[in-house]
Amino acid sequence: MTQKRFMYQGNTGHWEVVIGLEVHAQVTSQAKLFARASTKFGSEPNANVGLLDAGLPGMLPVINQECIAQAVKTGLGFGGQINLYSQFDRKNYFYPDLPLGYQITQHYHPIVGEGALPIEFEDGRQKEVRIERLHLETDAGKSIHDQHPEKTYVDLNRAGVALMEIVTKPDMHSAEEAALFFTKLRNLVRYLGTCDGNMEQGSMRADVNVSVNRPGEDWGTRCEVKNLNSIRFMTQAIHFEAARQIEVLENGGEIIQETRLFDPNKGETRPMRSKEDAQDYRYLPDPDLPPLRLDDVFVEEIRKTLPELPHDKKARFVADFGLPSYDAEVLTQSRDIADYYEAGLEALPSWKGKGSDTKPAKILANWAISELFALLNKEDLTISESKVSAKSLAELVELILSGTISGKIAKDVFPIMWAEGKSADQIVEEKGLKQVSDTGAIEAEVEKIMAQHADKVQEYRAGKEKLFGFFVGQVMKAMAGKANPGVVNQVIQDKLKG
Amino acid sequence: MTELTSLTLLEAKKGLEAKEFSAVEITQAHLDRMAKFESLNAYITPTPDQALAQAKASDERLANGKARKLEGLPIGMKDLFCSKGIKTTAGSKILHNFVPSYESTVSQNLLDEGSVVLGKLNMDEFAMGSANLTSHFGPVLNPWKANDSDEALVPGGSSGGSSAAVAADLCLAATGSDTGGSIRQPATFCGLVGLKPSYGRCSRWGMVAFASSLDQAGPLTKTVEDSALMLDVMASYDPKDATSAPEEMPDFTTALKGDVKGLKIGVPSEYVMDGMPAEIKALWEKMALDLKAEGAEIIDISLPHTHYALPTYYIIAPAEASSNLARYDGVRYGFRHPDAKGIEELYKLTRTEGFGDEVKRRILIGTHVLSAGYYDAYYLKAQKVRRLIVHDFEAAYEKVDIILTPTTPNAAFSVKNPPTDPVVMFLNDIFTVPASMAGLPAISVPAGLSGNGLPLGLQAIGPKFQEDQVLRLGAAMERIAAFSRLTQNPSAMIGAAS
Repeated sequence: MTQKRFMYQGNTGHWEVVIGLEVHAQVTSQAKLFARASTKFGSEPNANVGLLDAGLPGMLPVINQECIAQAVKTGLGFGGQINLYSQFDRKNYFYPDLPLGYQITQHYHPIVGEGALPIEFEDGRQKEVRIERLHLETDAGKSIHDQHPEKTYVDLNRAGVALMEIVTKPDMHSAEEAALFFTKLRNLVRYLGTCDGNMEQGSMRADVNVSVNRPGEDWGTRCEVKNLNSIRFMTQAIHFEAARQIEVLENGGEIIQETRLFDPNKGETRPMRSKEDAQDYRYLPDPDLPPLRLDDVFVEEIRKTLPELPHDKKARFVADFGLPSYDAEVLTQSRDIADYYEAGLEALPSWKGKGSDTKPAKILANWAISELFALLNKEDLTISESKVSAKSLAELVELILSGTISGKIAKDVFPIMWAEGKSADQIVEEKGLKQVSDTGAIEAEVEKIMAQHADKVQEYRAGKEKLFGFFVGQVMKAMAGKANPGVVNQVIQDKLKG
Repeated sequence: MTELTSLTLLEAKKGLEAKEFSAVEITQAHLDRMAKFESLNAYITPTPDQALAQAKASDERLANGKARKLEGLPIGMKDLFCSKGIKTTAGSKILHNFVPSYESTVSQNLLDEGSVVLGKLNMDEFAMGSANLTSHFGPVLNPWKANDSDEALVPGGSSGGSSAAVAADLCLAATGSDTGGSIRQPATFCGLVGLKPSYGRCSRWGMVAFASSLDQAGPLTKTVEDSALMLDVMASYDPKDATSAPEEMPDFTTALKGDVKGLKIGVPSEYVMDGMPAEIKALWEKMALDLKAEGAEIIDISLPHTHYALPTYYIIAPAEASSNLARYDGVRYGFRHPDAKGIEELYKLTRTEGFGDEVKRRILIGTHVLSAGYYDAYYLKAQKVRRLIVHDFEAAYEKVDIILTPTTPNAAFSVKNPPTDPVVMFLNDIFTVPASMAGLPAISVPAGLSGNGLPLGLQAIGPKFQEDQVLRLGAAMERIAAFSRLTQNPSAMIGAAS
């Protein structure tokens, strides 16, 4: 990358930051990774607990094939190396919400190896974030400390639920890049249907490794901030952590490699445990589970089920619809949004398909990204909950393209469509908003205005050409914005020439 | 008439089918004898009520001609097979009050074929021991006594309750489990037939785990035929155990005739150990000669890594055990220390008091060999040696059909003066561990008496999943040795006078 890096400004100069992510994504599956208990969110505590999840004697894990397929699908989604041989290992530690006394994970041989995801900035810059691995592992249960002054309650509903841990290389150099990568990954798993990406339900969370260094110098010692469950917190945690490390270093201190927790209320991180008291997990291959062997046929079958991936879709939007890269990125961030846009384009008569004039596609994109998204965000709705259908939006855009109404008028029509559920045609008809393109009517109005402002006509003709806009404004105002701006411009120009 | 309790399993089966006696009668006879010889401490939990109810149901089936394979035959169950609704302790204080809500696959198979379960048999704590001295419920006594001493002897271990019970006619047959010799060694000490099937033959589901990659259930019986009958019922492919083998069980009918003509029998030179009593070596050599006389071919073979089997076993088994036993933490079931304040203390006190010394020793060894910095040197190396041991056997079976060795380097020893050095105790497994490490089927058959009148056994080790070859040589050895069972010499039996 020749791209200039983001820098933090310390008291003694610039600092660079290096970030790596470990993302935990809950696999979308009916049952847990090694047991038949349900994975349903929001059940009564301990309602979805099998004998294995409770760590009862003699209970054995049996791999859930559905979870294997989901992991492979995700790996294919980011171009990861699918390992036909992988192995489950035990990570041993004691905790009340870990009934077996070990987590089953893939420490030595993960199911997916190296891959990458491209990220794109608002200004169109792109970069690739490399992914080191994806492995499957079991989630732990939940310890609840705040319901009793002396007791801790344990809910094992999550115990044994399948997680994909996706580990990146330390390729990100700003909180923005980390947020972009995380968003991109979340979009991918949602496209694939391998994780619902619901951070507020804990389906997706991230551990962030952060270090800082002076430009040109070696990377600093890293700290890991655990369990960030929103992109906002992730961004805050990175900023806080980078600033903290810079302050320590600038004051002559040293960074201790440690695990830290983010406090969302205070917006700061604090130490959880240092490397010295880091646990020794005593990994060993799980003797209850033979190595997992996949064959090419299995992988190819899954490859066939892959939907069009976000980056392929984006490339197609750029190539076929002539959209700017950024627009294409925004419109392909979810399958639902892309589907909405494509349905709209389909319903737009002015759009003649791939290879024809791309203006209609661009105008529709503008309307989706600005006006539609603004209202969705304002009312906190998803695209599938939009009060204006793709077809209705296309009708509105078609009115602009055909010159029936101006873009400005359309901006007044759209909120009415949204609020009242009426079609654009109906609103334009009822409110008499049709654009006037009749040259005769416009000429009459122009002449009237010129007569009213004879002095200004003189000034214009004497060389004060800036006054052109004044005449346009007066005419538009007089005609309540309904005059076709193109025609108005032409008529004024002709008349002023004299 | 012979006492019902002294019948073999097959004799009893025939007697029941011929209506010579009822299932209730033979069950009651065993219950009476169990009460009479309670001092042997063979049973932790007798279940007379369930047994009689089962026997009654069996009598109805026998009357209706609906008898199953083991209909009405009273057997004993090692207390590490989880029994639904019946206390299952694994010989440990930490499970002293544990009542499973599920039935192990092996015990369910036996129940499904109509066998009557007399109770749960004593064992070394978590199957760790070679003398049944580590049980929380006290030592089991061997019904055999030396002819030159009145000292109580150990029944072997860990299936010591099983061996003592079958030898003392407190059940017709019993289940055991073998991790490094825990069926074969006690069978030898008590003059019985003990069969460890190939790893994967019997499901481990519902069997309290010691070392998952080695644990295998099998029967302790009075005869080789009985052993085949029990194995046939105990074994099954079980989708609930990922290490369960789908291989077809060979047909035993021809094998049980014990025809060894043309059978290539390997005699490994590495099994001649320093300090091994001459009488064991002599017994082994004589058996080889007798088999040769019956038409078998005796071939000298080499299993060069035999000497590494025991030290390797004592890395792998404790490593797996340290992880398998992590679930016993006092949080959800079993013993929970009443004085504990806080989770750390709960773990410490519960596990300190809940586990016996031998179990703690092995947890410590296992924890150590898996620790960061030691894993490669111990565990990984042990796994490599284990593969070499497997290769030794594979190479040998290119030349021979089966391998003949002693089962143990000594006969039963005193309860009061057992070896105090744990390593000396570990040596009891020296001849049995290699087959365990390689997952091979092996049988121990009583082959003669020591100078002081105690039983000694010889072992047949077969290629994986060839239980038929193992039974063939077993049947031949049984016939050649013409070993007299204990009950035909009741004066040797402890407590018989009372």
